[in-house]
Amino acid sequence: MATRTIVEAPGVARRRRLDETYIGEWLMTTDHKKIGVMYMLTGFAFFLVGGIEALLIRTQLAVPNGKVLSPEIYNQIFTMHGVTMIFLFVMPTLTGFGNYIVPLMIGARDMAFPRLNAFGYWIVLFAGIFLNASFLFGAAPNAGWFNYAPLNELTTACGNAVMCTPGMNEDFWLLGILLLGISSIAGSLNFVVTILRMRAPGMTINRMPLFTWMTMVTAFLLLFALPSLTAASVMMLLDRHLGSHFYTFASGGDPLLWQHLFWSFGHPEVYILILPAFGMISEILPVFARKPIFGYTFIAWSGVAIGFLSFTVWAHHMFAVGLPPIAQAFFASSTTLIAIPTAVKIFNWIATIWYGKVSLKVPMLFALGFIAMFLIGGLDGAALALVPFDYQITDTYFVVSHLHYVLFGGSVFGIFAGVYYWFPKISGKLLNERLGQVQFWLMLVGVNLTFFSMHILGLLGMPRRIYTYPDNLGWNEMNLLQTIGAFTLGVAFMVFFWNLIVSLRSGEPAGNDPWDAFTLEWDTTSPPAHYNFETVPTVRSRRPFYDKKNPDIADWKTATH
Amino acid sequence: MRMPIFRGMKHWGKIIPAVLLSSLLFAACGGNSPTILNPTGPVARQEADFFWFILAVATVVFVVVEALLIWSIIRYRERPNAPAPRQIHGNNTVEFIWTVVPSLFLFAVLGGTIYTMFNLSNISSTPGSIPSIQVTAVGHQWWWEFDYQNQHVVTADTLYLPQGAVVNMDLESSNVIHSFWVPSITGKTDVIPGHDNKKLFRADVLGEYRGECAEYCGTQHAHMNFNVIVLDTNAFNRWVSKEQQQAQTPSDSLAQQGLTIFKGAGGCTGCHGIVGVNLPSFDLNAKTTSGLSASSLVGPNLTHFAERRPIAGGVLTATDGNAPGQYTWANDPACQLVNGQLANKNSCGLYVWLHDPQAVKPGNDMVIGSLSDSQIFALIAYLQSLK
Repeated sequence: MATRTIVEAPGVARRRRLDETYIGEWLMTTDHKKIGVMYMLTGFAFFLVGGIEALLIRTQLAVPNGKVLSPEIYNQIFTMHGVTMIFLFVMPTLTGFGNYIVPLMIGARDMAFPRLNAFGYWIVLFAGIFLNASFLFGAAPNAGWFNYAPLNELTTACGNAVMCTPGMNEDFWLLGILLLGISSIAGSLNFVVTILRMRAPGMTINRMPLFTWMTMVTAFLLLFALPSLTAASVMMLLDRHLGSHFYTFASGGDPLLWQHLFWSFGHPEVYILILPAFGMISEILPVFARKPIFGYTFIAWSGVAIGFLSFTVWAHHMFAVGLPPIAQAFFASSTTLIAIPTAVKIFNWIATIWYGKVSLKVPMLFALGFIAMFLIGGLDGAALALVPFDYQITDTYFVVSHLHYVLFGGSVFGIFAGVYYWFPKISGKLLNERLGQVQFWLMLVGVNLTFFSMHILGLLGMPRRIYTYPDNLGWNEMNLLQTIGAFTLGVAFMVFFWNLIVSLRSGEPAGNDPWDAFTLEWDTTSPPAHYNFETVPTVRSRRPFYDKKNPDIADWKTATH
Repeated sequence: MRMPIFRGMKHWGKIIPAVLLSSLLFAACGGNSPTILNPTGPVARQEADFFWFILAVATVVFVVVEALLIWSIIRYRERPNAPAPRQIHGNNTVEFIWTVVPSLFLFAVLGGTIYTMFNLSNISSTPGSIPSIQVTAVGHQWWWEFDYQNQHVVTADTLYLPQGAVVNMDLESSNVIHSFWVPSITGKTDVIPGHDNKKLFRADVLGEYRGECAEYCGTQHAHMNFNVIVLDTNAFNRWVSKEQQQAQTPSDSLAQQGLTIFKGAGGCTGCHGIVGVNLPSFDLNAKTTSGLSASSLVGPNLTHFAERRPIAGGVLTATDGNAPGQYTWANDPACQLVNGQLANKNSCGLYVWLHDPQAVKPGNDMVIGSLSDSQIFALIAYLQSLK
């Protein structure tokens, strides 16, 4: 591009090549920043889709005996809500942040494999469109995001001669997930190689920003967890179309095989969705508390510990399936263990604020909201590991509450902290502070209105995934409250999208370093040039940009790491 | 600098515990809810006691950590002209403390978990009650069948249990995965094709309880519920001996017409068995009059249908709407025939069901021949005679 020299005949107007037009520049780019932005925009587009699905679910459940959705449609909507939010919103958005921020943070000029990077993005977009195209056929996946066998098997007779899944619903799920897996493997390889091989001189592993650390752990998790899901999905396709019987009991298979394979992907997946958010929080808290992160080593290694342990806890999703008691005791113990590194992180974050000078700008509000909400999700998650209690509340609304405190109170608050923090770097404009505060408070109220009382509903015996409920079981008021909460969240996101538009058009210019930050991505223009840095920086501590701005009290003079 | 946010924060610090407490009180006395917090058997009681223990531990952790967080935000908020804070990178002593202290909490709870888990099945019948009873619960899409092999009784949608007796339950499914759950009596165990899962529990308090399918099992997962009725030993024995009888041929002429429709125009015998009509006994291997085995009939056994309350996975219950569970189909006030007619047919659940089962429970397996209203009334009369 910039290096190419073309000699043209004078006076002859040359038609611009595709990659020189504005659209073509995006379509053909291999720039990690453009790809990162496309990942994030795609993620937020699917966030809208998944959000509308959530509002449909809450509208149906607002009152008992709801008639808004038929049972078939409801089951498609709740399945696609889960699939969309997990695979098409949180994962692409976090990958987008990693793409944009990680090379800048480590002082690299691009990702290690730029074309592979672009390939990964386009696969995500097409897989997302493919999955959602199922709605056009009236055949969206309808067996839950976990897609349990044998409910998802074409050949299973249900009761009588009626097919459980008469259509191609589950084929959309299986093929879409296989496509997304290809993209995730490509992206993860790229992150691992970039982070291990492309760091600026002086940036040892021990000096990498924590967001980079957590992105690397996440990439390893994906590399080791996805094969299990891929194998399970391929076996399912064989069962459905080529007559194999991996999951059919009548022919010697076992439906529980799917659950083991799915959750040995599915539990690492939970940490794949939250670890990058842990990383973002660990970047944002120090900047707005004007202190270095407290216990860098402990935060980094607790992330690694969570990564390893996450492969040993899968069967805590399966306490009710009748595993032997010894196995249940093992998985209860490993799940208890994984709570320890998580607790360590929370204490380190609070200690980072302690003795600090806390500025409550919007990114910080979201980061603090993250800690407050994630704690709830952590506590009720630990409760789910406690087998006798789990027998009662697994597959009830208690679990719905738990997973939304973790993924909404956790990942989504983390993502918004990241959006408000890095938007100025990406666009050169600041997001509006006042609108951001409105959005934050609406979200904090909305998340608790929607999800807190779901704990109680679970204790009152309301199972998950039911499309309606009778009016005499004492569930009515709380369901209505949750619907009100869900629409409050809807309003919060409208405020966000309005903020995005307003700030892009007429936001305050950000300058290179609006937050007086510590890491390398702020030591370049906003937005950064294609090549990121004019000269590759040299790193002497964990806060290279802080050192540059404060040469007298630089970290490398006072701390040894 | 005044920050309006802090006023909000302090406010929230009070609201959150208040909401927590009041909602728990609300939960503990949740009316008709199938709550896990009013246990009526030793299994659910241990599970509920364990819940209160976890709740106490979690509340302490929650209050302490949120208080630390909120206090540090307020205490260390940015003040004008404040100097830059000291640049502290960490402290190994405090790291050690906050690794060990939560671990102690967690291991205490884990110890309780494993102790309670192994104790759950450690139950015996209360003195004077039936020593134990064997029941097989079969998960269909989407209703429950209960098979009392030793008593030779088969029912659907309602599980009758003798008070104080240990229930040995086998859980079977030949279709998809379901989960057996009676919140007041016992936690759930999945019902999985090919896995002979078992369940051991005891019901101590007379009454009627709601049971549910807790594993997503397809279109009508929402309507796969059942009732549990706990009877004292004598009443249970009376119920068993009544259930063991085969169906009586009705004396009433309208009901006799209904029987003819049951065997003919309605097409009912394709899926349903009635002992004394198309089944010789309650044995699931018994052959129907056409030579099929009873276990191949996909619909519920209807021999004592008139004594049932919920049908079709609880989608309809015989009731006047005000006193749930008090009426059976035999004496449901809305379904009383006068001169072979229903005064208000659309308020009779049985009519609504027989008229168009797919409208009531879309996707279920029930199909019925197209019948005129008078044929349906005759069928209702027959079903009401099946006491």
